[in-house]
Amino acid sequence: MEHGSALMHVLLGKLTLDAIPYDVPLIFWTGVVVAVLTVAVLGTITAAGWWGYLWREWFTSVDHKKIGIMYLVLAVIMLLRGFSDAILMRLQQAMAFGGNMGFLPPEHYNQIFTAHGTIMIFFVAMPLVVGLMNYVVPMQIGGRDVAFPFLNNFSFWMTASGAMLIMVSLFIGSFSRAGWLAMAPLSEAAYSPGVGVDYYIWGLQIAGVGTLLSGINFVVTIVKMRAPGMSMMKMPVFTWTALCTNILIVAAFPILTATLGLLSLDRYLGMHFFTNSAGGEAMMYTNLIWIWGHPEVYILILPMFGVFSEVISTFSGKRLFGYSSMVYATAAITLLSYLVWLHHFFTMGSGADVNSFFAITTMIISIPTGVKIFNWLFTMYRGRIRFEVPMLWSLAFLFTFVIGGMTGVMLSVAPADFVLHNSLFLVAHFHNVIIGGVVFGAFAGMNFWFPKAFGFRLDPFWGKVSFWCWLVGYWVAFTPLYVMGLMGVTRRLSHFTDPSLQIWFEIAGVGAAIILVGIAAFLVQIAVSIRNRHALADTTGDPWDGRTLEWSTSSPPPHYNFAFTPVVHDRDAWTDMKRRGAERPTAGFSPIHMPKNTGAGFVLAFLSFVCGFGLVWHIWWMAGASFLALIAVAIGHSFNYHRDYHIPADEVRDVEQTFARRVAEQGAV
Amino acid sequence: MLKPLRIPLLALLLVSLGGCQMVVLDPAGQVAMGERNLLIASTVLMLLIIVPVMVLTAVIAYRYRHSNREADYQPDWEHSITLELVIWSAPLLIIIALGALTWIGTHKLDPYRPVEQTAAAGETEPLHVQVVSMDWKWLFFYPDYGIATVNQLAAPVDRPIEFRLTSDTVMNSFYIPALAGQIYTMAGMQTELHAVINEVGDYKGFSANISGEGFTDMRFRFKGMTDKGFRQWIERVRSQGDELDRTGYMALQEPTRDEPVHYYSGYADHLYRDIVHRCVDPDTPCTRATGPDDEPAGAQEAATAVSVEALARADAK
Repeated sequence: MEHGSALMHVLLGKLTLDAIPYDVPLIFWTGVVVAVLTVAVLGTITAAGWWGYLWREWFTSVDHKKIGIMYLVLAVIMLLRGFSDAILMRLQQAMAFGGNMGFLPPEHYNQIFTAHGTIMIFFVAMPLVVGLMNYVVPMQIGGRDVAFPFLNNFSFWMTASGAMLIMVSLFIGSFSRAGWLAMAPLSEAAYSPGVGVDYYIWGLQIAGVGTLLSGINFVVTIVKMRAPGMSMMKMPVFTWTALCTNILIVAAFPILTATLGLLSLDRYLGMHFFTNSAGGEAMMYTNLIWIWGHPEVYILILPMFGVFSEVISTFSGKRLFGYSSMVYATAAITLLSYLVWLHHFFTMGSGADVNSFFAITTMIISIPTGVKIFNWLFTMYRGRIRFEVPMLWSLAFLFTFVIGGMTGVMLSVAPADFVLHNSLFLVAHFHNVIIGGVVFGAFAGMNFWFPKAFGFRLDPFWGKVSFWCWLVGYWVAFTPLYVMGLMGVTRRLSHFTDPSLQIWFEIAGVGAAIILVGIAAFLVQIAVSIRNRHALADTTGDPWDGRTLEWSTSSPPPHYNFAFTPVVHDRDAWTDMKRRGAERPTAGFSPIHMPKNTGAGFVLAFLSFVCGFGLVWHIWWMAGASFLALIAVAIGHSFNYHRDYHIPADEVRDVEQTFARRVAEQGAV
Repeated sequence: MLKPLRIPLLALLLVSLGGCQMVVLDPAGQVAMGERNLLIASTVLMLLIIVPVMVLTAVIAYRYRHSNREADYQPDWEHSITLELVIWSAPLLIIIALGALTWIGTHKLDPYRPVEQTAAAGETEPLHVQVVSMDWKWLFFYPDYGIATVNQLAAPVDRPIEFRLTSDTVMNSFYIPALAGQIYTMAGMQTELHAVINEVGDYKGFSANISGEGFTDMRFRFKGMTDKGFRQWIERVRSQGDELDRTGYMALQEPTRDEPVHYYSGYADHLYRDIVHRCVDPDTPCTRATGPDDEPAGAQEAATAVSVEALARADAK
């Protein structure tokens, strides 16, 4: 018996059958539903014989366009998970008053808000941002792919592996209860002894590798691979914001990696970086995590500023107003985002001078941000505005985001923060800027570039349904939270005693339900658009009268994007070409050198997932073996010399001539 | 385009302002009042620019709609020195004003700064309270009176309160919205908060920072009392409570949820100091507390000595 359990311990670490929460009905049934859905999806794929196609054309693809789409698919799937958590929280808080304890005990409720925050930031917002950058940036700069195509595929699968590890925690063991930033000392082994924080750490570490590598990839791509003639000040604004975001990623993500590394040393090896005893300094964790955390906010929002710039300029039929202002504002935000982190903890007693400094640096960020808002306004001014779905999202962003910006500056006034810190007002504020900024931006971007990616537009009716539900739902869900913040209600409570609050939580619940309809309408929009794809088809490659280079290609673009590298003379390069009546080349093609697909990224990421799982459960043989395998595969892959091929000139000519003919039939350029 | 929404939103805002207890906007303590005033001033200052921007957005979006062929269309108009100067300087001016306001406000309302006493109320000896956040309850020491309580705090109106705060466990945030802004409690460290309650009442206090499973129940009542009421309360604590010795404290360290109020008529010597230094258990070596106010070992006695006199004075009144 003794020997048996010792053997089991070596084989399975801390993992036992008790780790499967079959005694908690909610999780158990969630597990059953997810399992049934997974089997259904996998079954359909198997029955239809799509595995080979998926593996060859998608999973192993190094094409930035396909990787971008996979990021967006991951984001939408994870949005469904993160939003389910939101619905559970809204239900619990609307129910749990007085004698009614609701349906979630605190230990479960705490996991849900932690998972909601972690998933929404790392596995929804980040993939949305990285996905859009992946799809759009190489084409905007007239490139055929990113600088390191294989790395790009690997980055995606690392992000997906991190997401998988977090998802597994739902069914095997439990997730962290320490909030989305796992603040020490609550996240230390003394106060969070289970595997929850370990899932959090390894999920983020694995995904973090992907994010960092993708940041490096994009900085190099944008700096080195622009089309001839495209000087820095002729880059489209979306590419500018992408460049700044990726610089932020490269500079900020190592801090997160190091901080979580120190936390794991505390948890795994009994060290004392952030513990209460033996010289640990928990405040250091707070500092470090926010030195990454605040730039992270701008990593998310800057590319969306770029999306709005492209959308507003395109649908106003006009050049972007104040391009240089926009660029300098973006660069200013990039720098300033490193000088404000302490505003997340004014209430830790840093003293008046320190607090004032960080309060004022925070306010200063609102100057370049305000400039951007004005620039968008004056871009619309003297324009011809078409209220297509992407433009609706952008207008809603302008109205919503200024309110979020205002409440943000309110929170930056240190003494005002003393009364609003950690309150529902704060929760309303960051949802105001993340939903009103990042999510609205992502929807604007997806509606805008969808025809480019798939060759047909998204159905505008369902797009508008989704849009209005999100907009109205957002305000109905979060206005009550602003109000309750002013009533002195703090965040992350799972039970309330004051009955006068209940009505506000009920209104917020209604708002969440409206957003749910918005999400459903988005899925319906995709389904309806696929069904009506012929009616919605985009044959010219330029459905919106676009201004930048991606619209000069066919929809969807060929693998190689551009048969000839375009030469750029103007900021709005494609508008410029259209005006000058540039002709599509129909002859003189040469073979195009392209990178070959590889399964190495998938394999490496899968091994990382196994290693992470082993580390979470202290299954040391598994962690060690998979880590060694990881290194072996990485070395093995470096001996793969069959990593490129040429697309023959004839094939390029056929593709280009077919497209040129189709466009000519449409009477467009 | 937001027009259909604007009226219900406005109505919602008005209902909310009139219909419920917005304690943050209507506090009962001078410090919280100062924080509220700053909050309102900064909001008004920003509305100066936010409102025109929102109106302008709606007007421009409507006027330059695609179907309006009357409107001027200049597809290449992209630059105007005057306009760009305006759009950089307008927010800049607002932020200069707000920054000045913030600099002054942050210094005036610094939690470490003693409360400004009004001449009318006369100089009063501050009430000292030492706060310890525990899993998951609040322990309050009154060194002036040698008593302690759990999950109940009381103070006489208009008498400045000097809180010293620490944590026995993870971080918490000590927050009584009606009294003053919050401050974190951290193990092995001490923070400070100065405040004063100006109206008699029974107020909510709680932890505003997630601290684990019992966090939701980490509430206490804060009673603002008349001088007389406060003296009676002290007497009640003295007569109903028992002694909190080190063993008693270590029993209290056990995590509990929804802990009832306890009164203690006395407590072990240097108990609070040793909590800060994390050595209540005589077998644990003390750490050197970090923090702005590293009290040497006799400070508690000194404080107690002063306050015994204060108590005598108060009793004599």
